[in-house]
Amino acid sequence: MTGMDEVEINVTVNGRPFKRRVEPRLLLTDFVRHEIGLTGTHVGCENGVCGACTVLLDGLATRACCTLAVQADGRRIETVESLGRVNNLSPLQRAFWEMHGLQCGYCTPGMLMLMTELLRENPHPDRDTIRARLNDNICRCTGYEDIVNSVERAVELMHAEQRR
Amino acid sequence: MAEAGKILSPPAGRQKERPDQRLNVIGTRMLRKEDPRFLVGRGHFIDDIELPNMAHAASLRSPHAHARIKSIDAGAARALPGVVCVITGAEAAQETAPLPCFANPSVEQRCLALGKVRHFGEPVALIVADSRYIAEDAAALIRVDYEPLPAVSDMMEAINSRGDAVLHPERGPDNVAEHRNYTFGPVEQEFAAAAHVVKRRLRWSRSGGQPLETAGAVASYDEGSGKFTIHVNGSMYNYIGFTIATALKVPSHQVNIVPADAGGSFGSKLFLHKVSVLAALGARASGRPVKYIEDRIDNITASDNHGSDRTYDVELALDASHRMTALRYRVVDDYGAYFQYGLGTHGNGFSQTVGPYRIRAVGAEIYAVFTNKCQQGACRGFGSEVTNFMIERIVDAAVDELKLDPIAFRHDNFIQPDEFPYQIPTGNLYDSGNYPGALDMAQQMLGYQDWRDKQQAARTKGRYFGIGVASCQEKGVFSATEFWMLNRSPGFALTSSPESASVKIDPTGKAVISLHAPCWGNSPETVAAMVLAEQLTMDPADISITYSDTDHGLPGTGPGGSRYTVMIAGAVTGAAAIIKEKLTRIAGHMLEAASHDLEFRQGKVGVKGAPGLEVSIAEIAMQAHFFRLSLPDDPTLTSGLDASYTYDHPLATLPKGEGDFGIFYPIMGHMCHMPVVEVDAETGQVSFLDYVAVHDCGTMINPMTVDGHVRGGTAQGIGTALLEEFRYDSNGQPLNTSFTDYLLPRVGNVPPQVRIGHLVTPSPYTEYGVKGAGEGGRMVAPPAVISAIEDALRPLGVRIDTVPVTPSRLRALIREAQTGQGR
Repeated sequence: MTGMDEVEINVTVNGRPFKRRVEPRLLLTDFVRHEIGLTGTHVGCENGVCGACTVLLDGLATRACCTLAVQADGRRIETVESLGRVNNLSPLQRAFWEMHGLQCGYCTPGMLMLMTELLRENPHPDRDTIRARLNDNICRCTGYEDIVNSVERAVELMHAEQRR
Repeated sequence: MAEAGKILSPPAGRQKERPDQRLNVIGTRMLRKEDPRFLVGRGHFIDDIELPNMAHAASLRSPHAHARIKSIDAGAARALPGVVCVITGAEAAQETAPLPCFANPSVEQRCLALGKVRHFGEPVALIVADSRYIAEDAAALIRVDYEPLPAVSDMMEAINSRGDAVLHPERGPDNVAEHRNYTFGPVEQEFAAAAHVVKRRLRWSRSGGQPLETAGAVASYDEGSGKFTIHVNGSMYNYIGFTIATALKVPSHQVNIVPADAGGSFGSKLFLHKVSVLAALGARASGRPVKYIEDRIDNITASDNHGSDRTYDVELALDASHRMTALRYRVVDDYGAYFQYGLGTHGNGFSQTVGPYRIRAVGAEIYAVFTNKCQQGACRGFGSEVTNFMIERIVDAAVDELKLDPIAFRHDNFIQPDEFPYQIPTGNLYDSGNYPGALDMAQQMLGYQDWRDKQQAARTKGRYFGIGVASCQEKGVFSATEFWMLNRSPGFALTSSPESASVKIDPTGKAVISLHAPCWGNSPETVAAMVLAEQLTMDPADISITYSDTDHGLPGTGPGGSRYTVMIAGAVTGAAAIIKEKLTRIAGHMLEAASHDLEFRQGKVGVKGAPGLEVSIAEIAMQAHFFRLSLPDDPTLTSGLDASYTYDHPLATLPKGEGDFGIFYPIMGHMCHMPVVEVDAETGQVSFLDYVAVHDCGTMINPMTVDGHVRGGTAQGIGTALLEEFRYDSNGQPLNTSFTDYLLPRVGNVPPQVRIGHLVTPSPYTEYGVKGAGEGGRMVAPPAVISAIEDALRPLGVRIDTVPVTPSRLRALIREAQTGQGR
């Protein structure tokens, strides 16, 4: 990239430290997707409305499309890639699969990170609590009900896992 | 002229797999094969594609709705470090032909505006740079000298536009793209004989699919071979992909189109000609791979895929016993600046233009007009969702004016279950249905009478509860005749709309199915795997799916028009039949048994009545691939185990003339929705107290994904009814170009629960009796929700003729009613 003086930033992405030189105007979405190569974080509306770009920044759900990479300097970023793997899905991912909480899959990483934040704050959210938090993000495919069901199912799976 | 009614000698079908057989996989709630990769963030969406040395493109958008381009100075942009090249419309015109257009006569649209811009957001120049950031910086440095022209924003004014306000003067002296009159059945006589005529003016505003992922393409150009490779998140590449090559002025075998996962479409990525051509143009000019992806403003203002934008004047004729006899309407449809699919969205509506009712005659006067807005394309329902709205609104109007019961009136007018296959006045055929059954089921599930009682109780407390009813059709499986049957002269009068599947079983017995159309967020992998698993008694986990590019693709029309599940089921069934024949032949040889004594069971081929006397598909596959000399010396028995099958439309006929379009959309699904809403008369806010959705899509391959479509489509229909509208001012300037003010439904806007009922009326024409289900929710929710709101506000006498009915619009209607003004 050219045109602006680059700035060095140090961030932790999914537990791994990265040192990079970036333009001050580089968006966190582009940083995560194209500099670090983690393409699970998606870009939907580009102005903070839809939440497809949601990542956790120091544990807080954050619109990466409205955040500059330099704002993440010295901070901890968690993306969808920090959850499970295809053959070892996390309870939340597993629940979305079981309850048909996704169709095209584009909003899904943002939804998963938003709900990760919720479930850390409140491991036993009721339906209204789930819906209230879910209102932050947009899904164009599912009509949301199956996402709410997925989060309820995730709570069950997480507690079953803890009991083991 | 087509006479409405039961067809006494129905066309013979080609159904091989009967719906009434015992099935093991089809009909189960199998978890989707598509999901794991999406859940871990490993989908392959268009922006996930990175090629070595890739450059990035942005377009310079027109700030004017209508203007002449006098000159473009791109010097400063070209001089900016990091800029690879800048291409103007005039330069692009040297190297490209107009974009594909399926209207006849066609309307010229260029990938970059040439001479004139016709809507805000239209690309004027393409900038290719080392990064998207630099490309956008450079766009700001381009100086364009525009001479503004009168902009047309109002569809009624467009009819009378003259002079410089005419968008395409080569087509005529006004902005009327088409003006057609159609008469199906004895319309005049029925109106003359009518005991009652009910009239309404209805307004369906412009909205769109607005998937969360915009449209985009990544193209590369190999100078050595002269070949383009274009990755794109669109569809129809294995159908009309060659028209992209035509636009690039190269032979079609010099373009390979590769599908990406699409982050939703809802019709809007049906055929992405513009982004494909722009990326390829940039790649050829720069000598580097080029990524061009619309940003959200591009997508809202220039996606080429806005939905219908119609004003109806509609009349319904009824006889003295309140039977609907004829429907007559004049509709003006604002197509925007171009006309890529001609009147296609009205032809689509003619497939079900009487809804589920025994209306005998239909008259339609259609004005399609040009305005300075983004052009129409496809949006979940392809125009038939508006037809449904028109029918159900005029039905509700009749119920209201004649003081009838909405349930009984529908029952009395339905086509009855014993009347199928049924021909409607336009010539299309409804293959099967049970409309009274759906209405009864919805009424029962809702507890209709209980809600009526609650409504009464609420009214005494000054609260406004309303119960809505809508009974609508979901046309499924288009025939290609719908693309041209409304053209003034047909043009390229194609009649094929096939879908293919290729199945390969490897030496270890695992299967790969190649599909020839993309993953759009529907469940093609799940459906294909389930059908093959059913056919071969395989474990679906042993089946994987790939998507063919155009170099390797077979005919595939792709998702759209509630067709894909029907067509994949047909194609996989056909390919499986060839594979089964070969498996049986080799197994017979291995087991020394006659083919007719063999059966498929649990992934094996065995002798009927002889448990244990069997060979597995894996064992047979190993023989087929590697042990030719162990098999019979028959030249028709070749090595390997693979088959491809192209499934054609299961039931279609040619148009017979203007009054009879023949059978072109016969696989007819049906929905009955009953929402219960509360309206806050002070704020105009609508909230859902209950919602029942009964859906009949025949045999369900996977009830879980059908439910997903019903819920998702319903949410989108609620958006259409209450929130979504692309608004333009009188100068053609868009007023909402982001999701901040183009409102998509959020969880708080939709019912907490949509209670779904399934009625199963299998198609007699498709494999297993499957019908389409992808569009139904959006095709019925708008009239159902509006019906509920009107019912809630009946004590105030509020009538709703316009969608979306936003809180402010609803407040205005309530205020008018309360102050005695209005209508």
